[in-house]
Amino acid sequence: MLRALSLAIGLAVLWLLLSGYWHEPLLLGLGLASVLLSVVVAGRMGGLDDEGHPVHLLGRALIYWPWLIKEIGLANWDVAKAILGWQGPIEPTVFAVRASQASDLGRVIYANSITLTPGTVTLELAGDRLLVHALTRGAVEGLQGGEMDRRVRRLAG
Amino acid sequence: MALVLDLLSWVAILIGAAAMLIGALGLLRLPDVFARMHGAGMIDTAGLTLILLGLMLQAGLTLIAVKLILIVLFVVYTSPMTSHALARACLLAGLRPLGRVEADEGGGRSSR
Repeated sequence: MLRALSLAIGLAVLWLLLSGYWHEPLLLGLGLASVLLSVVVAGRMGGLDDEGHPVHLLGRALIYWPWLIKEIGLANWDVAKAILGWQGPIEPTVFAVRASQASDLGRVIYANSITLTPGTVTLELAGDRLLVHALTRGAVEGLQGGEMDRRVRRLAG
Repeated sequence: MALVLDLLSWVAILIGAAAMLIGALGLLRLPDVFARMHGAGMIDTAGLTLILLGLMLQAGLTLIAVKLILIVLFVVYTSPMTSHALARACLLAGLRPLGRVEADEGGGRSSR
């Protein structure tokens, strides 16, 4: 129930910001109706559990996101150097890493963080084993160092 | 103040444009589809984010800036899924990545 409420609040804020109509009762009413319809549909589809609407992670995500943004910035610089050929030939590598998160949600967040970082793409997620394609040696070593794995585990168990 | 904002916005837009250019160069230069996806990754992280950041600085504290932030959020949430779907589709279609394979050639994978 609390998740339905938080989804409704989130959708209402989104509707207000996107439409910019604050004063027209008819439009506000229609917006409210569409918010309620969306929440009901999400509930009937089973999307209001801890995977579909993981709002409980928000606090810890505020710690994780800045770190992820920093990593994405550094990785962009590495990939740019590799594309421009400033660090010798590229070394495309496929390798496996273990995801130590207990929950499916944690593993998916880890796999998506890897894909979002340029230079590494998750090819496959099976059980706790991730198959990753990396463009450079540095990207392989960065991931095998396991810091992202640890940080995602702290974020989402 | 307006000058500082303009300068910051120009720096962000120019770096973003450079990232997009390098990413596009990567799409042309890199050897196979898996490697090329890394070039595309530069375009939709650094390229998109920095250009929209520059536009946000131009927009100031308005609803337009909010919409630009939402664009970044939605792309950041959806692009890993599409990249992963693309990579997986290539694997299932029988493409093999160039270069070294350090994984134990996952037994069940080729038979699926």
